Amino acid sequence: MLQMISRRLFLGIITVFLVSVIIFTGVEILPGDACTAFLERDAHGKLLENCRIEQGLNAPAISRYVDWVSGALVGDLGTTLNGQKKIIDLVGFRLRNTLLLASMATLIGVPLALFLGVVAALWRDRAADLTISTFTIGAMSIPEFVLATLLILVFSIWLGWIPGIVLTSYDAPLGEFFPAIFLPVIVLTLVMTAHILRTVRSSVIEAMASDYAQMATLKGVPYWRIVFRHVLPNALLPVINVVALTIAWLLGGVVVIESVFNYPGLGRMMIDSISDRDLPVTQAIALIIASVYVAVNLTADILTMMANPRLRTLHTRRR
Amino acid sequence: MVIVEKKHSNSMRLISLLIDITSRPSGVIGLSLVTFHVLMAIFGTQLTPYDYKEVNANLMLQGPSTAHWFGTDHLGRDTFSRTLLGGREAILITGIATPIAVMWGGFVGMFFGLVGGRLDEVLMRVVDAFLSLPWILKMLVLIVTFGTGIGVLIPTLAFFYGIPVIRVSRAATHDIVARDFVQAARARGHSRITIMRLELFPNVRDALLVEGAMRWSWMLLAFSSLSFLGFGVSPPTPDWGLMIADARGFMSFAPSGVIAPVLGLSSLIIGINLTADALAKALGIDRAQKAPV
Repeated sequence: MLQMISRRLFLGIITVFLVSVIIFTGVEILPGDACTAFLERDAHGKLLENCRIEQGLNAPAISRYVDWVSGALVGDLGTTLNGQKKIIDLVGFRLRNTLLLASMATLIGVPLALFLGVVAALWRDRAADLTISTFTIGAMSIPEFVLATLLILVFSIWLGWIPGIVLTSYDAPLGEFFPAIFLPVIVLTLVMTAHILRTVRSSVIEAMASDYAQMATLKGVPYWRIVFRHVLPNALLPVINVVALTIAWLLGGVVVIESVFNYPGLGRMMIDSISDRDLPVTQAIALIIASVYVAVNLTADILTMMANPRLRTLHTRRR
Repeated sequence: MVIVEKKHSNSMRLISLLIDITSRPSGVIGLSLVTFHVLMAIFGTQLTPYDYKEVNANLMLQGPSTAHWFGTDHLGRDTFSRTLLGGREAILITGIATPIAVMWGGFVGMFFGLVGGRLDEVLMRVVDAFLSLPWILKMLVLIVTFGTGIGVLIPTLAFFYGIPVIRVSRAATHDIVARDFVQAARARGHSRITIMRLELFPNVRDALLVEGAMRWSWMLLAFSSLSFLGFGVSPPTPDWGLMIADARGFMSFAPSGVIAPVLGLSSLIIGINLTADALAKALGIDRAQKAPV
């Protein structure tokens, strides 16, 4: 067990390392560098040379990579292109804001998806299932920005209940994001619920049709006892990984939603930094998001291992 | 998964698959929505009531009327005509990029699934690393550097959407690579390419078909999101994402300008999803087990 977890942990670290290599090489391969982007039209001769010296761009790529990674390890992500601000100070608050958004969506979305998915599976092909499945296809087929726009149209413009955009400054205390945060949370929750629900439904249907569920039925175990004792523990195990993938997907999906709602999170900062060609900031955000992605998936894998009796006893028996 | 033992003629198989899909309600609705949009993309310029780029200052932001069913936009252009044509660029670009993505991802996945071992293990870590970066970041960096033309968007989409296909193709290959007929082909001394072509591909094909249909809908979502953010097609080309972004500012007094492109985009993606569902059921593949990547 411990061996499997440490192996998984090791693979996760390797993945983050590869990500950092990909980000760094990507930035190296693309035409132009931080200085040509910063100086724009003036990027030639003396100015360009000075800037490169200032940013340390004349050093060989390997040593710059080592500098970057070792800085990131101790929480130093460098400074923005114009050298005014430390990236870590800018990123910190925005990461907090995005996490607030994502965690609210997760806390509402996951239980909702579990409940609706189980209902849809147990009443398969009946009215409840058809309604839920139609909603799922709908929520998966409508892009987030469309859903967001429609909700703004209905709730902010026609009904006037909730503000349509967030006007809070990025470093405001969390309480000030309410109630403007409700619409982005609703959009994220809907999309997330749809994705998880599909897996829950098919997983429960599969488990209900399994040999052990039929065996339990034949020996006379009451229906709800079969559902709760025999089926759900088995059916919900694979769901952990899908929840993790969906949360990780949130980090990408949140970018568009943050732009629509003007929400001061990591995603909008990423788009801004790419548009401004502020490569140090883009690099830093890419690394943070990728690390969160790997960490979430790693947690899910370990949770699955710990929850699965077959895996739990696999290695201990030998000792 | 059905293991293909005998070789049916391909056209026969395609016809029976089409019959199977159209025998399901979701398949009929899905296929007709997709066909409608593809036909519109090809012949739409001759069919629309107005020219999509005809600007008319007297007709700015009109509400729905018998002359303009969904009103006009901020430049006085007919929203209905623009909505009918709004999928042209998206369908063209994703329609080329999807097959490329599925083909290269499918090939690489099959190859590494067959080879296995250390090499396979290393490749999967690289795939993981690519997948852990958000799609929008990868796309935007390339688009900002190289521009937004078709020549940039197609290879970019095809490359990044092929990476998750590697996983699917590899997993499908792993299921059959230990089977007798693959071992037999190895024993006969067939080359890897021959094994992939004759033994693996016929068995992985169904999974790749369903995957392709799903990739297409995700690629369309991505493409329209990019247009919405202003990184996709350039005006005056009609595009749903761009139209929604433009009309959003006037939403409070001209909501039809937003609603029309929303209906256009959603109906195409719902159509693709329904078709993919019917296709998966016809091929006996459980689509819901897949997570969004």
